[in-house]
Amino acid sequence: MPDLEKSAGKIANDIDERFGSANFVRRSARKVFPDHWSFMLGEIALYSFIILLLTGTFLALWFKPSQGQVVYDGSYVPLHGLRMSEAYASTLHISFDVRGGLIIRQIHHWAALIFVAAMIVHSARVFFTGAFRKPRETNWLIGVGLISLSIIEGLLGYSLPDDLLSGTGFRIAEGVLLSIPVVGTYLSFFLFGGQFPGEDLIPRIYTIHVLLLPGIFLALITVHVMLVWYQKHTQYPGEGRTEKNSVGYPFFPVYTAKAGGFFFITFGVTTLLSAFATINPIWLFGPYTPTQVSAGSQPDFYMGFLEGVLRMFPNWEIHAFGDTLSLNVLVPTLLIPGLLFTAMAIYPMLEAWVTGDHREHHILDRPRNAPTRTGIGVMAIVTWLILLAAGANDILAITFHLSINSITWFFRFAVFTIPPLSYLVTKRICLGLQRRDRDLVLHGRETGRIVRLAHGEMIEVHEPISEAERFVLTQHESPRPLELEPAADANGIPRRHILASKIRARMSRFYFEDTVAPPTPAEVHELESHH
Amino acid sequence: MSDDLHTDPAGGHGHDEIEPVRTGELETRFRDPGLPAHIYRRSDIDPRAAKRREREVAALFGLSTLGTLLFIVAFFVIKPTDASGSEMLSRVGLSTKLLGLGLGLALFCIGAGAIHWAKTLMPDDEIVAVRKPMRSSDEDRAGAIEAMKEGAAGAGLGRRKLIRNSLVGALAPLGLLAIIPLRDLGPLPGDSLEHTAWKAGKRLMSDPAGHPIKPEDMEIGGVVHVLPEGIENSEHPLNDEAKATAIVIRLAPEDLDNQRPDRKGWDVSGIVCYSKVCTHVGCPVGLYEQQTHHLLCPCHQSTFDVTRNCEVIFGPAHRPLPQLKLTTDSDGYLVAAQDFQEPVGPSFWERGN
Repeated sequence: MPDLEKSAGKIANDIDERFGSANFVRRSARKVFPDHWSFMLGEIALYSFIILLLTGTFLALWFKPSQGQVVYDGSYVPLHGLRMSEAYASTLHISFDVRGGLIIRQIHHWAALIFVAAMIVHSARVFFTGAFRKPRETNWLIGVGLISLSIIEGLLGYSLPDDLLSGTGFRIAEGVLLSIPVVGTYLSFFLFGGQFPGEDLIPRIYTIHVLLLPGIFLALITVHVMLVWYQKHTQYPGEGRTEKNSVGYPFFPVYTAKAGGFFFITFGVTTLLSAFATINPIWLFGPYTPTQVSAGSQPDFYMGFLEGVLRMFPNWEIHAFGDTLSLNVLVPTLLIPGLLFTAMAIYPMLEAWVTGDHREHHILDRPRNAPTRTGIGVMAIVTWLILLAAGANDILAITFHLSINSITWFFRFAVFTIPPLSYLVTKRICLGLQRRDRDLVLHGRETGRIVRLAHGEMIEVHEPISEAERFVLTQHESPRPLELEPAADANGIPRRHILASKIRARMSRFYFEDTVAPPTPAEVHELESHH
Repeated sequence: MSDDLHTDPAGGHGHDEIEPVRTGELETRFRDPGLPAHIYRRSDIDPRAAKRREREVAALFGLSTLGTLLFIVAFFVIKPTDASGSEMLSRVGLSTKLLGLGLGLALFCIGAGAIHWAKTLMPDDEIVAVRKPMRSSDEDRAGAIEAMKEGAAGAGLGRRKLIRNSLVGALAPLGLLAIIPLRDLGPLPGDSLEHTAWKAGKRLMSDPAGHPIKPEDMEIGGVVHVLPEGIENSEHPLNDEAKATAIVIRLAPEDLDNQRPDRKGWDVSGIVCYSKVCTHVGCPVGLYEQQTHHLLCPCHQSTFDVTRNCEVIFGPAHRPLPQLKLTTDSDGYLVAAQDFQEPVGPSFWERGN
């Protein structure tokens, strides 16, 4: 053992003399990480990305990114003699002739779905707990960038096998490009190297899929994680947790073991899922041909909301001055998603402007304590779910024997009515929960024990909650709406930006006018003295 | 990485982290009770329990090794390509399941073991680190401004306007060099979207069988997907097929009553032909409902009424499917009388009405 320690010491010395690493290790090994299950959602996304890099490299060893036509004579007999692209033929080869090829392909596809899903749920966690607030706005923006890029990366990835389903996806992408005013036709010809489908698409999107976008992902994810490290992780409110500390377990050994272990768990679960749940069986779809399509075509789930808007949008098209503007494609596939992602990206700045809160926040909000924000978040999720469901209107029609026309009309109305309703309901639920918290602090917990007093009165005994619980329920702030600034300042000089100030005051009222203030010790004291 | 870790020597009780309570504050805020007392785990106080946990962790790691073995054995024992047909497929299925099970176990058990180790045997005292505001100190800020000013003065960007302006002039157009070479990504569209491979006299060949069609071979209500004759020998068959693909339907005479007057004579004894490329975003409109005479696009459910020259009756498409004028050749086979009279497929900017 002393020998081992000695040689380890020698290596450490060699490294430190070259990189001065002891300083970093001394400061970082015991770095504190707060613990909560919801902090693992982002980890799942990170680990899925690593799984994607590993399995993707494996697949690239055999995949041939070419639209050169071949006649298939491989192991899968039902497709013998069919003309297909080398991309499709090599995907069949990976699936049937390369041992372990199919399991790796399935892990790659499942990990892609888990990657996007984990990012979406992680961003919801960050949103509802207010973790995007200062100083973490940059990481929120990086996150929005990662989610939007992952949708493109996913589309490119499932298009590479050049099967009938994915080829249809790019046929739609061509229609989307063509709808862009003035330059759309040119963009389409430049992407496809001429007319659709051409022979250049697969090699081009292959380079983007395996080199360009993963490189951007790697850079963004590195900055994202480094910022988490540098700015330190947020923590939930609790005993001993303040805005000025960070309470949790040390990076080494506890977090190294937990986070490292969780990587293996994520990889293991994804592998087991891929072993028993078939995904994207491209040999059943057949090679791509522009003359055919299978009914019930569905993209991967993260494309679903785009599909939904595209299906429900009215068939508006403008013809003027000899030109054509297809609003029925341009608006649902480019303008609306662009607006949605922009709204998501600027939300932290918008909220800070409305609330006038420019302080640092490291203690997370309990979602109920930010009822308006929580309502907005639920409204966004409900909108997304409606669009997702609308993207499956044909599946719904077949499954429930309904008319596809009435389903589409239902979604057209639902997308305008249900999200605001969900906002109102969520906000009411939050306010109700806040009142319940107040009640718990002021009156304690119901015990269900009925006691008869000496003078005959029957009362239910309430048990006071613990000091720790009381602190969690009352630690939050309860902001009041910003007052409208007077039109002139103290010296009688008219203020500028009156309109902005009015909008801001109105939005601040919208945010805070009905917040429920947490009870104060004075209130409890008063109640107690009355008893 | 400015780290400022001050672990609390008092076993994690963070009382000194709490902001000092100012006079009167007690009336508006409940006091933070501070970190709770540490609760010891069984494995912290009972060496036998700790030993048990140790064995459990080791068992999980052992299971992982078994998973690796399973993977290696399955890899070398099951050879799907030695068989063919359905036997090959079932071997691929078995191989995928066993390889996945082996790999999954090998990975999952390492993770489960590591986490079990961390949760039961590693110290679980919560430690407290001080969090400083992100903002730099005023001295640092002043120093930074000073350094930048000094650097800027040294470069003289403010004074030497000629250098500054010429540099901007050199950098600004540099981006063009990244864009201009992209010009050769593809040819210009020209009028290629306006034409298809259909020409007067081109026979309609059934797709995929590739047979010519005689009108008397089609029953009323019959449907045939067609491509122009000889398209497989063109320079870019897929590109041409993507535009020329069409559908032929034989309607009963009474179903032709609502056709546009200017399309009279485009059918051959009730047989009509329409482009199969959806005018929405280009999916093949392949679903024909015989009873209602509707053509439905399976992608976004645009619905076209064949009895009314494929006008849109539902869904996101705006324009009717273009019609191909039919006639017969001297051998009695169905042929195109001309190309489509308008561009097929999705709308694009340069498209006229």
